[in-house]
Amino acid sequence: MPAACHFCGITKQQIKRCKGPWAICHMALFLGEIMAMHEIIWHGRGGQGVVLAAQILAEAAYIQGFPGVTSAPTFGPERRGAPLTASTRISNESIRTFSQIGSADIAVILDETLFETATSEGRIKESGLVIVNSTLTPQQIRPVGNFTVATVDATGIAREYHLSMNGSPVVNTSLLGALSMASGLISLENIEKGLKKKMPQDKASLNFQAIQTAFKRTLYVGSNPKFRTQEKS
Amino acid sequence: MSDVRIITGNEAAALAVKLAEPGVIAAYPITPQTKLAEVLSEYVESGELEAEYIRVESEHSSLTVCISASTVGARVFTATSANGLLYMHEQLHWAAGSRLPVVMCCVNRGVGAPWSIFNDHQDSFSQRDTGWIQLYCRDNQDILDTIIQAYRIAEEVYIPVMVCYDGFILSHTMMPVEIPDAGMVKKFLPPYKPHTTLSPDDPKTINSVFFATRRENSEGILCDGYMDMRHKLQTAFEKSGKVIKNASREWAAMTGRDHGGLIWEYMTEDAELILTGMGSIATEATLAADALRDEGIRAGVVGIRAYRPFPKEEVVQAFKKATAIAVFEKCISYGYEGGVCSDLKAAFYGTDIKTPIHDYIVGLGGRDVKTGEIVDAARTTLESIRAGKTGNKTIWLNCYTG
Repeated sequence: MPAACHFCGITKQQIKRCKGPWAICHMALFLGEIMAMHEIIWHGRGGQGVVLAAQILAEAAYIQGFPGVTSAPTFGPERRGAPLTASTRISNESIRTFSQIGSADIAVILDETLFETATSEGRIKESGLVIVNSTLTPQQIRPVGNFTVATVDATGIAREYHLSMNGSPVVNTSLLGALSMASGLISLENIEKGLKKKMPQDKASLNFQAIQTAFKRTLYVGSNPKFRTQEKS
Repeated sequence: MSDVRIITGNEAAALAVKLAEPGVIAAYPITPQTKLAEVLSEYVESGELEAEYIRVESEHSSLTVCISASTVGARVFTATSANGLLYMHEQLHWAAGSRLPVVMCCVNRGVGAPWSIFNDHQDSFSQRDTGWIQLYCRDNQDILDTIIQAYRIAEEVYIPVMVCYDGFILSHTMMPVEIPDAGMVKKFLPPYKPHTTLSPDDPKTINSVFFATRRENSEGILCDGYMDMRHKLQTAFEKSGKVIKNASREWAAMTGRDHGGLIWEYMTEDAELILTGMGSIATEATLAADALRDEGIRAGVVGIRAYRPFPKEEVVQAFKKATAIAVFEKCISYGYEGGVCSDLKAAFYGTDIKTPIHDYIVGLGGRDVKTGEIVDAARTTLESIRAGKTGNKTIWLNCYTG
């Protein structure tokens, strides 16, 4: 066990004061010994599977060994097509907060038109991560805030794999692949296991192909590339 | 290997009910009902749970069905929220007065008007004096474990039990919950033995008009009057605290999960500042206590699990060393203050506890309460008391209207 984090030099005792890239860089060092909470917020529209994606991530994180996970829908009446959010919290200890997420560590945006709302003042932590379903590159998106941007064309991938529901492409699962790639927080293997807990085998395996493709095609750019702790396959 | 599932509060409740194996479930399936009733109907439909599932036209009727079924010897369950609970009001008294061990979940939501589907405790708080035991849950594991314990408690003291948990905040949030083994639950929960059974073979009249005085019946036996029956209910309540604690202790011995009997404590040992509340807000307050300790303030939390019977002796013990108390509660007795605050003050009366209490009314109709806000409020309380301001206060947190 090294005495301090490679990236920012912080010691285990100072971990709560970390101003670095949302503590993920310390995870590899102090896994299981520190309290680090990751707050992920999912933005999409009613019917896009925002809530399910938040749940799959919670399942995958629990399988990965995080004892504290929660997932919750926005507390409100949901309507098809209306903007809504869901959240996932992931932690090394049991989660004791049930309030709504203020500033997220990671925002995943299923519908690009929600980018502005999702990244408005205070919604993302400084040096957080924003993952967008978009055909644009992260450079073309040009974030105003000080956060890392990752993009993946989840809609295109959904079409390739004929993933659709009621005529609309299913993009939620592909974004899990992008999240795995850009954050390095949860492995693809565990996302696959989480997926199988939430859908039947045949559906899960088709969705997992899309996830793997999304993982490979995810582009990212940011002030701090350390989000990516996994090697590209 | 233990069976851990990542589920909502409603799913945890439904699993607990399934494990308790009620013979009759009655529910009104429309708003403000939650998914709990729906999941139970699926268990009955699939045959996983052998129970009579009776859909009714109102909450008043759903509790009436439970009262009737319990009277003829069935273990029963129902669930409701908000205005649905209020609509049951008359039957809540009836179930308690009949001394029937009905177990019901109240998924706590704000009461209309104006309409709200979001969380607060005004619904169950306003049913405080109906003669039901009220237990408040701090997370989804607590919901599952408390429902199983509730049957054991209700059937031992013949008082109905309301298991209360926060709407949306717990009811719709998924988190890991350990599911106990069915055999173990059976061992913990002996079969229901009714105190009286109605049967065509032994016809009786029950709950007919009771007179004010004690009277002899047709066989010349001196029977209780109405007031004596009420006294018996109160006496049973006074004994129920011990039964609740025992159930909790035995469950903890079997499962390793202890949610406290009547109250639970977090870092209160050396605490100068104690935060308190019921349900998920008390869980959130434990994080606030951690943060306050990081600042050098010795903070702790007391979670009130049993609101009725009110744990008078336990709170006196738990709060006796505190120099400041901050209550965070999601209900109000209009024209006075929050219910937990009043009850704490009453419990402390005549003891050495003269600590000022600040009563924070929070989260009504689902208004978000963040850990940081609890930290700030509790710190303000401590600072004002340290500065010599010893008066009690009621403060509406995050409320901005004139």
